[in-house]
Amino acid sequence: MAALSFFPFGVAGRIRGGVHPEPRKESTADRPIETAFPLPERLYLSLQQHAGQPAEPVVRVGDKVLKGQLLAAGQGTISAPVHAPTSGVVTDILEYPAAHPSALPTPTLLLEPDGEDRWIETRGSADPFGLPPEEISARVGAAGVVGMGGAAFPSAVKLNLGRKTRIQTLLINGGECEPYLTCDDRLMRERAADVVDGILIMLHGLECDQAIVGIEDNKPEAFAAMSAAAAPHGGRVQVRQVPSLYPMGWDKQLIRYFTGKEVPAGGRSADIGVLMHNVATAYAVQQAVRHGRPLVSRIVTVSGLAVSAPRNVEAPIGTLLADLLAFCGHRPEDTASYVMGGPMMGDFLPHPRVPLVKGACGILALSRREVAASDAKACIRCARCVSACPAGLLPLEMVARIRAGQLESAIGYGLKDCISCGSCSYVCPSEIPLVHYFKYASGELVAREQMKHRTEQTKRLAEERQARFERQKREQAALAAQRKAQAQRKTEEAA
Amino acid sequence: MRFPTAPAPHLAPPASTHRIMQWVLLAMIPGTAAQLWQFGPGVLVNLALAVTTALTAEYAMLRLRARHSRAGLSDWSATLTGALLAVSLPPIAPWWVTVFGTLFAIVIGKQLYGGLGYNPFNPAMVGYAVLLISFPKAMTAWLPPVDITGTHWGLSDAWNAIVHHTGPDGSSFDAVTMATPLDTLKTQLGLGRMADEIQSGPLFGALAGKGWQWVNLGYLAGGLWLLRRGLIAWQIPTGFLAALGTWSLVFFLLEPQTYPTPLFHLLGGATMLGAFFIATDPVTASTTPKGRLIYGALIGSLVFVIRAWGGYPDGVAFGVLLLNLAAPTIDHYTRPRVYGHPG
Repeated sequence: MAALSFFPFGVAGRIRGGVHPEPRKESTADRPIETAFPLPERLYLSLQQHAGQPAEPVVRVGDKVLKGQLLAAGQGTISAPVHAPTSGVVTDILEYPAAHPSALPTPTLLLEPDGEDRWIETRGSADPFGLPPEEISARVGAAGVVGMGGAAFPSAVKLNLGRKTRIQTLLINGGECEPYLTCDDRLMRERAADVVDGILIMLHGLECDQAIVGIEDNKPEAFAAMSAAAAPHGGRVQVRQVPSLYPMGWDKQLIRYFTGKEVPAGGRSADIGVLMHNVATAYAVQQAVRHGRPLVSRIVTVSGLAVSAPRNVEAPIGTLLADLLAFCGHRPEDTASYVMGGPMMGDFLPHPRVPLVKGACGILALSRREVAASDAKACIRCARCVSACPAGLLPLEMVARIRAGQLESAIGYGLKDCISCGSCSYVCPSEIPLVHYFKYASGELVAREQMKHRTEQTKRLAEERQARFERQKREQAALAAQRKAQAQRKTEEAA
Repeated sequence: MRFPTAPAPHLAPPASTHRIMQWVLLAMIPGTAAQLWQFGPGVLVNLALAVTTALTAEYAMLRLRARHSRAGLSDWSATLTGALLAVSLPPIAPWWVTVFGTLFAIVIGKQLYGGLGYNPFNPAMVGYAVLLISFPKAMTAWLPPVDITGTHWGLSDAWNAIVHHTGPDGSSFDAVTMATPLDTLKTQLGLGRMADEIQSGPLFGALAGKGWQWVNLGYLAGGLWLLRRGLIAWQIPTGFLAALGTWSLVFFLLEPQTYPTPLFHLLGGATMLGAFFIATDPVTASTTPKGRLIYGALIGSLVFVIRAWGGYPDGVAFGVLLLNLAAPTIDHYTRPRVYGHPG
């Protein structure tokens, strides 16, 4: 593709692209994690909080449940169970708006807390390193742990995959490169020992010797805390600083930075012997294996200029975001938009009356001052998007082709390699929603593929039907001829 | 049913189109100030004429094309086109030259192609090239710089020269104009004189052509500021200046009698204006990192070729226009390697 490659651009080991949005982390970074969030009156537990199949309820309306009790079991190979975040009564199984840009209703379990917050009998392990390695992923899966950085991919599936392909390096992402978010920063500062314990447990489960924790150099306190916690483990867990740059937390960027290797297109990081997990996932793994506690709460950054007391809150899964925001001094009248996750890749929410899910690392109530508001203008081909793209794509060429309806030709410029990080849209001086175009085009291509498949199938069925009819006709004709001949013979015989 | 939704990212962008145009205009100040000092206030009259014409033409065309005319004007791109053309013109170019060139640049060079973002050629250079071909005499009649004459022109003198085509104090127009150093070098070399001999003449200063050296240093300063602010890509001016510098050095070393010093090229004519303000026009330039380096280097090379062996004293406009034509091809062959794909 690149006929002229005499310049060392894009050599492995280097960071490509990226942007430097204002961090806006200072309002929450120096406040300790708020653990005294009062139990809400109701918890709304979505059965679809993870990538994959939704969970299936195993309790009935009216059942009394204890904290940590299984409410819904995972279905199929990629799924995760849901547990009770506190003790109480299951009062309904209903359709409730999901934490999604559409806020369309999805199956949700309604739990009314009894206020006692009583744990079910947990099955922890005082010596997790004495457990057989495959037991680790089994316990992690049973505890409903998913990727806590936002992807919400079931962690056990990833750990199992790692067992199959022999992982040489476990990468732990403590980058937290999205603006506003500080939940991982606070977690590393306050609970570094638990996080490192979780990393060691994952290493044991993967039968792997080395873990590297990457922390952006704008978090010196977290780096110091994690280094101190990892020091006794003799190099098995290395804590390293990475440049502060968005999207440094993109797994493939971090992999190239640390190993100098690139994950082949269409492949998984495990293909080159690397697996990446988030620091908060490591913490959840530690809680699950060491203490037997399923994932029923998480630390979430509540921030934005429409919040008077922004901070990190450890809140039960299923809490309404509106309750969390109100706890942090939310001013609805100043809010221009609600975002779940970080501002670069997070989802817009039409309203905050949706429940907290396992993968939500941030809840932002952004004021008019903070959000992009203008309409898209003409592209001046300044190629800021090209410089910003960490994957080496040409967003301006892709968008020109998508606008002209040439979706296939956009693939040639990297449509299928787009990671939707939003760097290009962010730097665009004409405010063209580039990533939006790419998501639309990818969806449209999938739809077209399906349509093509369906048309082909219909055509095949029609042809088969035609062939069947013709065969029947031939057979009938043959039969008729036979009968005729028989009848003739009979007449002849009779005569 | 309609969902009120907004795609990520949710933050306001760090720079907007109209801001970028405004900053580029600001960065033109040092170079333009040097022009004002050396060649008199004619540049201000040209600027006023060109910008007014550009805005009027842009507005009229947007109306004709049934586009949002206010939004079109507020991006400052027409202002910038007018300004870039104005500073390229001789300080006492007749008013109709400026008006015609600007009209051509905006109407044919930009709006007929579809407006901002869709024009394949740099509009200011389209206007300049048309003027140079159509009115060569008016386009090569420069004033001698203050460094030579020691006298400053007043605003009314410049106005009279541009509008009424008369020199100051009723003197003949031809008596006050003078060829540029690049032009002089070309004619004198044609007469068989030596380059070093010509360069010791009264038109030439310590670094390059008298007056012109300051103008170029001014645009260099503005250009470096643009680079520092990340408003232009470093690859284009670097490629441009490196290529021009290299070629002129090689030929100067080979044949110093025929070729002037590299410094004369780098600080002469429209070099710095071209490298930092004209070739970097994003719409018409290459867009890939490698492509931009090649794009800049090829313009720099063409500038040297035209200056050394071509029919025109300077080659920035033609170099830029020719490479505008080649930009899509350069982009095609210099696409960055996509992550995870073999190189």
